[in-house]
Amino acid sequence: MGRTAKKEIVWEELKKGDTLLKIKDLSIHYVTKDMGVCKAVNHVSLELKKGETLGLVGETGAGKTTIALGIIRLIPNPPGKIIGGTITFKGTDLYKISEKQMRTVRGSEISMIFQDPMTALNPVDPVGDQIAEVVLLHDHCSKAEAAQKAAEMMELVGIPRERYSEFPHQFSGGMLQRIVIAIALACSPELLLADEPTTALDVTIQAQVLDMMNEIKNKLGTSVLMITHDLGIIAEMCDRVAVVYAGEIVEMGNLVHIFKRTEHPYTQGLFDSLPNAAGDSKRLKPIRGLMPDPANLPEGCNFSPRCPYATEECFREPPKLLEVEEGHFVQCHHHGCMKGDKT
Amino acid sequence: MNEQPILEVQNLKKYFSVPAGLVHAVDDISFKLYAGKTLGVVGESGCGKSTLGRVLIHLLESSAGKIFFEGEDITHVNRKKLTELRKNMQMIFQDPFSSLNPRMSLFQSIAEPLRIMGNFTAQEIEDKVYGIMETVGLADRLVNTYPHELDGGRRQRIGIARALVMNPKFIVCDEPVSALDVSIQAQILNLMCDIRDERKLTYIFVTHDLSVVKYISDEILVMYLGQMVEKAPTEELFEHRLHPYTKALLSAVPLPDIDHERKRIELKGELTSPIDPKPGCRFASRCPYAEERCFKENPVNEEVRPNHYVACHKTRELNNLKRL
Repeated sequence: MGRTAKKEIVWEELKKGDTLLKIKDLSIHYVTKDMGVCKAVNHVSLELKKGETLGLVGETGAGKTTIALGIIRLIPNPPGKIIGGTITFKGTDLYKISEKQMRTVRGSEISMIFQDPMTALNPVDPVGDQIAEVVLLHDHCSKAEAAQKAAEMMELVGIPRERYSEFPHQFSGGMLQRIVIAIALACSPELLLADEPTTALDVTIQAQVLDMMNEIKNKLGTSVLMITHDLGIIAEMCDRVAVVYAGEIVEMGNLVHIFKRTEHPYTQGLFDSLPNAAGDSKRLKPIRGLMPDPANLPEGCNFSPRCPYATEECFREPPKLLEVEEGHFVQCHHHGCMKGDKT
Repeated sequence: MNEQPILEVQNLKKYFSVPAGLVHAVDDISFKLYAGKTLGVVGESGCGKSTLGRVLIHLLESSAGKIFFEGEDITHVNRKKLTELRKNMQMIFQDPFSSLNPRMSLFQSIAEPLRIMGNFTAQEIEDKVYGIMETVGLADRLVNTYPHELDGGRRQRIGIARALVMNPKFIVCDEPVSALDVSIQAQILNLMCDIRDERKLTYIFVTHDLSVVKYISDEILVMYLGQMVEKAPTEELFEHRLHPYTKALLSAVPLPDIDHERKRIELKGELTSPIDPKPGCRFASRCPYAEERCFKENPVNEEVRPNHYVACHKTRELNNLKRL
């Protein structure tokens, strides 16, 4: 699979259900002169199985995108620094291979879809050529073959191949995002990092793009790390969810764990903050205060200053991530403390 | 209802001239809005919802049609009259990052409308600024901070304070929470509801977020390419959506509920161009039920259920409705 690099990477062969990606104790900090050390990601561990979709949900600045950039080794350095931890992909530690080898991984094994399709594409290059470029780089075929593959990809994402030679400005936002997805999927990667892929789109177009992503994912067996702030998208797209707060995973589990048996007060706060288009409009219960500055995190639990259940212990002692039932992890001293409130 | 509406709009149009022709941004919109009520305006980007809000508040001049505020025709007003009007009609903008002057402190920003619009002494201005800061939940210690030192939620509170400080009756809110995170969004929405109920304010709430609009509005107007396709009281619209576009729009919202069985109405294609639109229903090219007539004749807005207006040739046929 790894193609040009002299030392080929030996990938483990995986079956559906095997662990594809394993992140262990990952910490990423941005070190700046005037702002101090910004602790963007702190001791994050997670696993992604082959064919699975894991959602990363959280608010702006929680560190979701930094986790994804860490996986694909695109953390800007300086100021970004991997402080500790390992990222193992198909049995290989991604931080033990050379940059040259990593370039063969990006795009062919792991791809990323960025949030804003308007800025992700080259404005002076026909869209078809931009898809063909990835194929040409990774598959070492002729230009004609690459163009053929690009046209096929366009059809896969629902854009007629007649538009191959058109430029990004001739497309609408929804279509551009389809092109970006086509580029990401052109070399059939095993892992797709989707960073808010539909946030810039209107709801009806978002629905089309999400349906298309689901279809392609099932067809190609791709694993997806879906980064979003929208719990609605999580409910529709994901098998498992990790809730990220101030650079940490505070709760992780399958959809039933997170949506039905919520254990962490922050997750509960997110649900209470949402106006519901389906249910009745009760008064919203927002989480008080703001997310802590990542350059100045509190001593104990990161959520303690905003938590209605915080006790002295929470302000003093950071909680550990506990498995409260099989596959359901919570990082809270008083996990499950809201159970009495729900009724 | 014999009560006089606070705002009445008749056949309002706003066209923009571009090299390719005329953009029909707002095309023939009429409605009445009563004091203390909130009208939500929803639609996708480019449907003209923001333009509508801006025309109402005279940030843009209308191309045709009439606007009445408290019974008075305000379609065309001179500058002096406009200053007078702005005491009663204000706007909250979408992006609290670009709508505040970066070189004005929080105090200066909130005091600016008072300086421009009224004859207040320095003491009165100070009292009013501190008063409104308390109303919108800004701590006194922030009074000399500048926008770049504040987060999005606090900045939006300044935007709200600026709009409220003249004690207006009517406020156009243009996507006031879409730039904010959910937990902050909930804080601001609650604040806006509280202020409305306390001061009996009338809002026009422009947004693309259907959950938000459902939460805050008494009535909802759905726009598609400059035109009103459906308008109904909030409950009525969510219970009995009638227009095919409204149905598709509501079905497209991903719900944070894992038991919810998704019955999505798929729309083919994308929005057609609002530049010199052809006659016929503008939704016809994406509508799953469109027939020949839809491509030729403009549908008329009709009251098909009490207070429920729909512009669709096939409403009755598709929803088994009798003539009112």
